[in-house]
Amino acid sequence: MSLDLPLVFAVLMGASVLLYVVLDGYDLGVGMLMPAADAREQSRMVASIGPFWDANETWLVLGVGILLVAFPLASGVILGALYLPVVGMLIGLMLRGVAFELRMKAQGWHAELWNRGFWFGSTLAAFAQGVMLGGYVTGFAPGFGYGLFACLVGASLCGGYVLLGACWLIHKTDGALQAKALAWARWGLAWVALGIALVSLATPLMSDIVRARWFDFPRTIPLMLLPLATLALGVHLWRTTRRIDAGEPGRDRQPFLLAVGIFSLAFAGLAYSLFPHVVMGSLTIWQAAAHPSALQAVLVGAVIVLPFVAGYSVLSYRVFRGKAQAGLYDE
Amino acid sequence: MDDVLLLARAQFGINIGFHILFPTLSIALAWYLVYFLVRHRRSGDAGWLDTYGRWLKIFALTFAMGVVTGIVMSFQFGTNWPGYMNKVGNIAGPLLAYEVLTAFFLEATFLGVMLFGRKRVPAWLYLLSVVLVATGTTISAFWILALNSWMQTPTGHVIEGGVLIAGNWAEVIFNPSFPYRLVHMLLACGLTGSFAVAGLSAWRLLKASGDAAARRTLRTSLIVAALLAPLQIFAGDQHGLNTLEHQPAKVAAMEGLWHTERGAPLVLFGIPNPDTARNDYAIEIPRLASLILTHDLDGEVRGLADFAPDIPPVAPVFFAFRVMVGMGVVMLAAAWLGVWLTRRERLPPRLALWGYSGLTFAGWVATVAGWLVTEIGRQPWLVTGILRTHEAVGTVPPASLGASLAGYVGTYALMLAAYVVVVAHLASKDLHGTPAVASGAPA
Repeated sequence: MSLDLPLVFAVLMGASVLLYVVLDGYDLGVGMLMPAADAREQSRMVASIGPFWDANETWLVLGVGILLVAFPLASGVILGALYLPVVGMLIGLMLRGVAFELRMKAQGWHAELWNRGFWFGSTLAAFAQGVMLGGYVTGFAPGFGYGLFACLVGASLCGGYVLLGACWLIHKTDGALQAKALAWARWGLAWVALGIALVSLATPLMSDIVRARWFDFPRTIPLMLLPLATLALGVHLWRTTRRIDAGEPGRDRQPFLLAVGIFSLAFAGLAYSLFPHVVMGSLTIWQAAAHPSALQAVLVGAVIVLPFVAGYSVLSYRVFRGKAQAGLYDE
Repeated sequence: MDDVLLLARAQFGINIGFHILFPTLSIALAWYLVYFLVRHRRSGDAGWLDTYGRWLKIFALTFAMGVVTGIVMSFQFGTNWPGYMNKVGNIAGPLLAYEVLTAFFLEATFLGVMLFGRKRVPAWLYLLSVVLVATGTTISAFWILALNSWMQTPTGHVIEGGVLIAGNWAEVIFNPSFPYRLVHMLLACGLTGSFAVAGLSAWRLLKASGDAAARRTLRTSLIVAALLAPLQIFAGDQHGLNTLEHQPAKVAAMEGLWHTERGAPLVLFGIPNPDTARNDYAIEIPRLASLILTHDLDGEVRGLADFAPDIPPVAPVFFAFRVMVGMGVVMLAAAWLGVWLTRRERLPPRLALWGYSGLTFAGWVATVAGWLVTEIGRQPWLVTGILRTHEAVGTVPPASLGASLAGYVGTYALMLAAYVVVVAHLASKDLHGTPAVASGAPA
């Protein structure tokens, strides 16, 4: 048996988390942008994510599922240490999921109340996820400074999700709402740029491991391609929004793909900082891995089922391609 | 440490008890929707499509509640019970992973088509999507019950280096209590869903007695319930005998039998007293417990004293069991009466409609009671004979657990209140913006 199962599952888990962040990121971002739109636009914004949000959240369940299955020793440490932000995220996700359904069914001030709930739940979940990430990369070190850092990452991730949400709306809407989304995307991009810069500077200061990985000459030089490429994508994204503003056709999908590119590069940088640790500074993926029999059992299922999942996810995105219209349930 | 255990259990128990309400309902509602849609396709009758549309919205809300509360559960395995994943994660993990892979993605993706795609895909693909959502919900029940049953009656594992690994996956999945538990649970879903459809249809008829669609769904759901209720009583009895074989202490707690005896009485009611090891104010039928459990009036039934100190808290199991059985009997009677009351397109009297409305969530009461019986009855074990509950608990500080428990309870109370109000509204509102035929029933 030459297959390195813990490595395979680390890759699978990373892929699930990245897919989750990108996919649920855009619908959380749309939720966070709700207060900036009028009632008619809100209805259209919600319609653009309606068919997808549930499947998007499933990637989170798969991600945490793989953590539990493949790295049981790490799951207790990570989820125990991140207990409160996890609870915050879960309450946020519950609130927004229910508010999403109820805002379409309620009338009058009730609908407005659930709109706010949808915004609040989305924001709370996004912020809590960032706090989790902040705690995770510093190996759950306690103290005020680390807490502040975690909140900083939380705020940055909110900016990232606003960027994704706005780019999704550029792709899925047109007219006045799209024009607004273009402005939101630029705000989100500025916010993300600030966030990534702060996190990139703070992480090496906070963590010796990360510092050693990135600032070990001459390895540093090729590694600098990563932030440069991120910067290039960001600049290109900014210009693309300007071009769409100027009326250039056929570019509506580009901002979203570029934003996904930025997230993927940031994720790659993070993976490089961490690997092969699954708990920063203490457990590697091999130390935390479950028994090979369990990993094999899951791998067989994953290899058979994931192509189908990919297939019908593509089907779903094809069925609901094109610009979203307000009004749900085809009535 | 005891505080942590108690809070961790309270939190997990409240969460899973809240979660179980929604899948129980949505599994059955999904199949009802398949039925409504097939009737529409076969007959071309637009009324069935209206019925489908009305219940689709109720299903969507129910399903969303199940999804979001289920996500909480997946995290609480890690946050509240790290010792569980450390010890049996090699078995529990793959079963949960298969649930995500084979059920969650299927239902979540096709739910999008089901809710928003009726005019975007061909009719056959739409029907297929609805069938796949229903199938997904049922597959999900299969995996989670396989895991739960394995925790109750573990088989097919071997111990290696202090942790459990699967020796034979077929034995792990098809462990001794699994077939009974799966059938019992799926029938519970069917009954819960049927009473919800009947109750909400009755609620609609109280507002608009002329609504032919509501009469049709009332009749249909009562017939389904009338068929499922006796099956459930039979399946429950078989499940009980299976429990007697594998978890006799649980059955002793259910029956309130403290001491091993021949010709044991059936305790109809009483207040179990753990200090005196007897039931206060007991009303008993002589020898009936022996007859039910051993099919012999003088059969020996083992009492709790035989299993001490590994016995569950008796009173909650004892009372929850009576609530479950009592609710089952009420549902059987109500379903059979209802089939008679709705014969030949008759409208039941208003009093009966109020009664069925009151029983809308009867299935929830019975399901949660049954869940309490089986989960508390398993204590002090988390995995029978292998892992005790207190060995699995984590080290989260009690203050964090308490604060988050308050947060969860507040959120759940809000969600449940909103759910009930909105479902009642969805079930009773006029479709197409036109009022239905005015109520002709006497006030």
